[in-house]
Amino acid sequence: MPNLTQKLLSAHCDKDTVYPGDLIQAKVDLVLGNDITTPLALREFFAAGFRRVFDPERIVLVQDHFVPSKDIKSAEQSMMVRQFAREYRITHHFDVGSAGIEHALLPERGLVVPGDLVIGADSHTCTYGALGAFATGIGSTDMAAAMAIGEVWLRVPEVMKVVLTGNRSRWVSGKDIMLAIIGRIGTDGARYMSMEFQGPLVAELSIDERMTISNMAIEAGAKAGIFQPDEVTMEYLKHRAKRPPRLYTSDADAIYQEELVMDVTGMEPVVALPHSPDNVRQISEVGEIPIDQVVIGSCTNGRYSDLEMAARVLRGKKVNPNVRLIVIPATQQVYLDAMRAGLLEVFIEAGGVISPPTCGPCLGGYMGILGPGERAVATTNRNFVGRMGHAKSEVILASPFVAAASAVMGRVAAPWEVAS
Amino acid sequence: MRRGRAWVFGDNIDTDAIIPARYLYTTDPAELAQHVMEDIAPGFAGRVRPGDIIVAGRNFGCGSSREHAPLAIRASGISCVIARSFARIFYRNSINTGLCIVESEEIPNEVQQGDDLELNAEAGILLNLSRGTVHRIPEQPAFVREIIEAGGLLPYVKRRLADD
Repeated sequence: MPNLTQKLLSAHCDKDTVYPGDLIQAKVDLVLGNDITTPLALREFFAAGFRRVFDPERIVLVQDHFVPSKDIKSAEQSMMVRQFAREYRITHHFDVGSAGIEHALLPERGLVVPGDLVIGADSHTCTYGALGAFATGIGSTDMAAAMAIGEVWLRVPEVMKVVLTGNRSRWVSGKDIMLAIIGRIGTDGARYMSMEFQGPLVAELSIDERMTISNMAIEAGAKAGIFQPDEVTMEYLKHRAKRPPRLYTSDADAIYQEELVMDVTGMEPVVALPHSPDNVRQISEVGEIPIDQVVIGSCTNGRYSDLEMAARVLRGKKVNPNVRLIVIPATQQVYLDAMRAGLLEVFIEAGGVISPPTCGPCLGGYMGILGPGERAVATTNRNFVGRMGHAKSEVILASPFVAAASAVMGRVAAPWEVAS
Repeated sequence: MRRGRAWVFGDNIDTDAIIPARYLYTTDPAELAQHVMEDIAPGFAGRVRPGDIIVAGRNFGCGSSREHAPLAIRASGISCVIARSFARIFYRNSINTGLCIVESEEIPNEVQQGDDLELNAEAGILLNLSRGTVHRIPEQPAFVREIIEAGGLLPYVKRRLADD
C-alpha cells in the first residue's frame, strides 16, 4: 500500500509505516550546506555549545554561491566554512578547483544514491529525487542540529502522483515539462507535498532531465520530487555510486492524495515570464520581447547535456550584438567535458563568455547582475522581483534550447527560428 | 502579548523579496534587517516599529531556504507574521528560530494596512483594536509547541540529548 515517499521515510525512522501528517524524527544519510547557509548554521552550532559532528563523512560542504569570492565579506564567509571543514575533518568539502554547483556536483560524484534521505540547507536539494532519494531543503538551524545529531524532524507529506506521458517534439526538454506543470498547478500547487513522477515518458528522460524536473519541484512548493530508480538510474550510478543503493518502489495499490496527468503530445517549448515561475506561456504566444542578457547554467540547467542543447542551437551562429551571453558549466567536470567536446568553442565563437562554476547570477550574487530595466532569458529556476539584480529588472525562465535561440535573435525566440 | 500596526502584503511573498540575495554576505540579523522587503516595499525597514505585525496572503516565504529571511523579519521589529499559508521551508525555519507565525484564512481577509493589532498567542486570540473585532488563532501541533517553548530547535535538541 505505501507509496515511494512513505517507504523512503519509513526506512529512516523507527516506525514500520509512516502516514501523511505524521511528525517523525528521521535519520539522515547526508547533510549539505553551501557558502551562504553554512556560516549561519555554524553560528547556531557553536552558540548551542556543540563541539562534535555526528559523522564527518556524512556532511557535505560546497562553496558555490559566491565563489570565487565576489567581495571581502563573502571571502570571510568562505573562510569560516573552510576552517570548520579543516578542524572537524569534514571529508567532503568542495572548494574552488574541486567544487561546482552543489546539486550538479553531489550526483556527479556519486555521493547521493537511491534510497537516501538527504537534507540540505538549500531549497534545490530536492534535485536528488531524480535518483530515487528523498531529498529536501531545510534551514541553517536544521542543518546545525543535523550536523550534531544526524537527525531531522519532518512532517510526512501527502503525495501528488504526476503521470508523464505522450510523445514530445524534439525541442521540448525536461525544463519545458516542469515549467508546464508549475504553470498548471501554480507556485503553491504542491505545497508541503511530495511529487512522485511516473508514467511511460519517464523511461525516455535522461538523469539530467530528471534532475531538472526534480530541481524545480520546490517552485511548485513541494517538499520533494521523486523518480523511482530504473535502468537509466542504475546506468548513471555505475562507476559513480560511493555507497550501495537501496531500491524502493511504490506499491501498485499505493495511495496518492492528488494525481496529475501531463501529456506532452503537441506541446511547444514554454517560458515563464516575470515575475513568477508559474507565469508560463507557449513560446509561440509570447510575441516580441527584446532582451539584454542570456544566462545558461545553474543547478537547474548547467549540466553537460544542457550545454550540449545550447551548443546545438548556437553552432556557427552569432550572439545578437544587443545581448550578453553568459555560459556557466555547473561543475569542473562539466567544464572539462564541454571543453573536450568543443562546446566551449561554439559558445566563444558565437560571442559568449564562459564563467567558472558558480550559482552567481541566478540568485543575483554576481557574474551577470542586471541593471534597472534590463531583461534576461535564463535557464535558471526563479524569476522573482530582483532575483538577478535590480528590482526593476526582469528574468524569463526557459530551456537551454530557447535561451540559446533567444541569444541569437536578441528577443525571446523559438529554437526552430535559429536551428534546423 | 504582541501589539503593533498591521503591514499588509499579498500572495507569494518570496524570500528574495524578504531579503535579497545581494545581502547574504552576512549572518548578522541587525544588518539583514536594514534591507528587509527592500525591493517590494522600499523604506519598510525604516518605518517598522517594534511589535508590528505582517499580515499576508498565500504561500508566504516561498523560494529559497535562506534562514536569513525569518531572522531579518524578526530583527526588524516585526513580532509576528500572519498569513493565509506559508511555504514549508520558511514555516520550519520560523519555528526553529523563534519567529512567531500564525496560519489563518480569516484574518488576512479582515485586516487593513495600519490596523492596531494585539496578539495573545497563549490565549489563541487576535484583537483588531482598530475595528473592534476578535479572531481565534489555530493551535500549533504539540511537537511544534515543544520546540517553540524550548526557545527554538537547538535548545530543544540539547534538552532531548540531556534527557537521553
